[in-house]
Amino acid sequence: MGRTIFDYIIEERLPFFWCEGCGNGIIIKAIAQAFADLDLDPKKIVIVTGIGCWGKADDYLATNSLHVTHGRALAAATGVKAANPELKVLALMGDGDGITIGGNHFIHAARRNMDITAIISNNFNYGMTGGQYSGTTPEASVTSTSRYGAVETPFDVCRLAQAAGAPYVARATVYHVNLLEKYITTAIAKKGFSVVDVINVCPTYYGRLNRMKSAVEMMEWLKISSTTNLSEGNIAENRFAIGEFVNEDRPDFTEKYREIQRIAREDMTKLEEDLGGR
Amino acid sequence: MKRRTEVVLAGLGGQGLILIGKILGEAAAIYEGKNSVQTQSYGVASRGGFSKSEVVISSEEIAYPEVLDPDVVLTLSQQAYDLYKNKVRKDCWLIYDSDTITGEGVSDKEFGFPITTVAVELRNTRILNMIALGILVKLTGIVSVESILRSLEKNIPSQFRDVNLRAFQRGLEMS
Amino acid sequence: MHDRIKFLQGNEACVEGALTAGASFYAGYPITPSSEIAELASIRLPAVGGVFIQMEDEIASMAALVGASMAGAKAFTATSGPGFSLMQENIGLAIMTEAPCVIINVQRSGPSTGLATKPAQADVMQARWGTHGDHAIIVLSPASVQECYELMIQAFNFAEEFRTPVIFLSDEIVGHMREKVILRDDIPIVNRKFPKVDPPEYRPYQPGEDGVPPLAYFGSDYIFHASSSMHDETGYPNNVPDNAEKVIKRLYKKIYDHRDEIIITKEYETEDAEIILVSFGASARSAREAVYILRESGYKAGLLQLNTLWPFPDEKVRQLADRAKFMVVPEMNLGQIISEVKRVVEARIPVYGVNKVNGEIITPYEILGKIKEVF
Repeated sequence: MGRTIFDYIIEERLPFFWCEGCGNGIIIKAIAQAFADLDLDPKKIVIVTGIGCWGKADDYLATNSLHVTHGRALAAATGVKAANPELKVLALMGDGDGITIGGNHFIHAARRNMDITAIISNNFNYGMTGGQYSGTTPEASVTSTSRYGAVETPFDVCRLAQAAGAPYVARATVYHVNLLEKYITTAIAKKGFSVVDVINVCPTYYGRLNRMKSAVEMMEWLKISSTTNLSEGNIAENRFAIGEFVNEDRPDFTEKYREIQRIAREDMTKLEEDLGGR
Repeated sequence: MKRRTEVVLAGLGGQGLILIGKILGEAAAIYEGKNSVQTQSYGVASRGGFSKSEVVISSEEIAYPEVLDPDVVLTLSQQAYDLYKNKVRKDCWLIYDSDTITGEGVSDKEFGFPITTVAVELRNTRILNMIALGILVKLTGIVSVESILRSLEKNIPSQFRDVNLRAFQRGLEMS
Repeated sequence: MHDRIKFLQGNEACVEGALTAGASFYAGYPITPSSEIAELASIRLPAVGGVFIQMEDEIASMAALVGASMAGAKAFTATSGPGFSLMQENIGLAIMTEAPCVIINVQRSGPSTGLATKPAQADVMQARWGTHGDHAIIVLSPASVQECYELMIQAFNFAEEFRTPVIFLSDEIVGHMREKVILRDDIPIVNRKFPKVDPPEYRPYQPGEDGVPPLAYFGSDYIFHASSSMHDETGYPNNVPDNAEKVIKRLYKKIYDHRDEIIITKEYETEDAEIILVSFGASARSAREAVYILRESGYKAGLLQLNTLWPFPDEKVRQLADRAKFMVVPEMNLGQIISEVKRVVEARIPVYGVNKVNGEIITPYEILGKIKEVF
């Protein structure tokens, strides 16, 4: 059918509202490319976003979209998917939105194996509200609420998703664009809960406060901080393991629930016969 | 005001008082064409705490759903008996399990029955409630045995039906 | 007619009403005294091809309702005090995105964990103003098992007709009481208006004449954008002050302009009444009994029972106040509905409260006691 990224991006809404040097545009392009590669019908795609810089991503995509409250994108996406399993559902969330305030929904969506693709734009701080620390901020990093260095240990998004039971988990950075597109395409095609943790740059806050003066410097940082050896990664110390952490096939919620619907129909008939109607 | 029959079923959580309240209420409402309201009060413990089920039956519409001045009180624990002994009129039916409760003869229509002993004879202490229901229905006649049997059939799944029916029949015979 | 006569709990009748209304989606988190609704929904929904999902908390449940609603489902949830508090933010989401759905709150005694198994009617104001920002909301309140069934259908109908969340404010007494209920099948069922324009022309927030925009569903031929942020008719963000004012006023007017249709009340013995009781939920049952007792003693008493709490039935209360000597408002809180009654009555006649917050139902005698005191 030959769809291109311009079937999925609303050109009139460009340029992006994000700061100069922000990597979110790279992720949007990778998502649109994945849609085109998979030749998906925009009518059957639903983008769910929460709040934050990355929560504005739905404004640029020519698909259905639901922009919800802070942290709740996955919960809303769960409702969309459960009510209409034919839809391709993506939740686009930042590290604050998806992993910090929405962390509970993240682990439960993984455990439940909802057929949703979560794409985390992980820039280690709350960009929209002025660069405060989040649940993924590396230790000792300076942010606007950790001026003396972050004391808390961050989540490794991929390890968290893996432990919670997601059948597809991968990490790339906005520097590694080819890998990024490949993982996002695989994630969208995968049945079940899939996660792509995208290490992103926030030159405006995180970069500036951590002695990286420009987006270029931050890209350099991503390059030297990344390793394809998954066991060498350590988020707390700014060492980013990139690659596929999990790639398995497992029945998703919808498939398992269809069986429940079948059993329930039979059971109701039996119960009605037994009790003469409830 | 006395257009209604008010029943209290009181004892411990887990004794099945809500179930017999439901059976009684449904018998009156569905099989005798009357109105009935069954309510309940319970604590946070699923088993063992004070539990109470009430049934109000009337041939008219029932406004206030709870018991104001009981006509029938069944108690299956000493705590329940003690709670109601000072609240009943002289002509209120007061039925209790004489195996676990010391009756004080506060009502003219007070009757103790060895309900636990009979349950042990039937080798099932989970059916105290059904024995008590049999006693209550036979003694007070507030609904017919036939209606109760129909209600019981509807409210108890087939695999437990026989044992409950036997207990109910035994209760009928005791009074 | 295939009316089915059953002996059900109020909570069970809510599920029957939802199913009759066409509900196909439930997301919730168990909480006393509402759990029977979740339990029965989990049995019945999959049997009719619907979905029951137990979420990780009430925040997620409410978010899932909005998602399911936008995907075309008639969605509902049930909760009580603490869970209702957690839902507030995403009730706002449903209001702003205009996602039809029904939220049942089987009220229990609070604050916080409170008396977890005991009834109260203290969430009247929370139901009205629990979520932040100026908004309108529809709140219905049942006093019997039959009303649980019928008003539940009405709740879905209002949600669909006005593209809004509807709050179903039950209480532990009504939720757990069992009564005879006729599961009528003659109540009309309303479905949301589907757009008629060409798909590229569709604007998900462009209202019809009634102030309500037609709603497509995700996966239909209409691609659309729904947003919690201030948006214009296209659904895309728009921060222009004039637009914000227009949107907030429309969301308010689409409910308040239809007050006549939304407001449901019942009257007992009010024709010549000089003493008017105003009540709702379980307390309305006590009030009705009190009216009968008063009538037997020759007093001209009557009851106005509110099925719709919000929008508040100003007009009905005003009419009855014109003829009454005084009003009495029994409620299981320290005075919530009474403040609305007093606002409407404007001190023309005295209004007295009968309030109880110990986790027990107000008895008819307590209401009579108050009337004796003031008469």
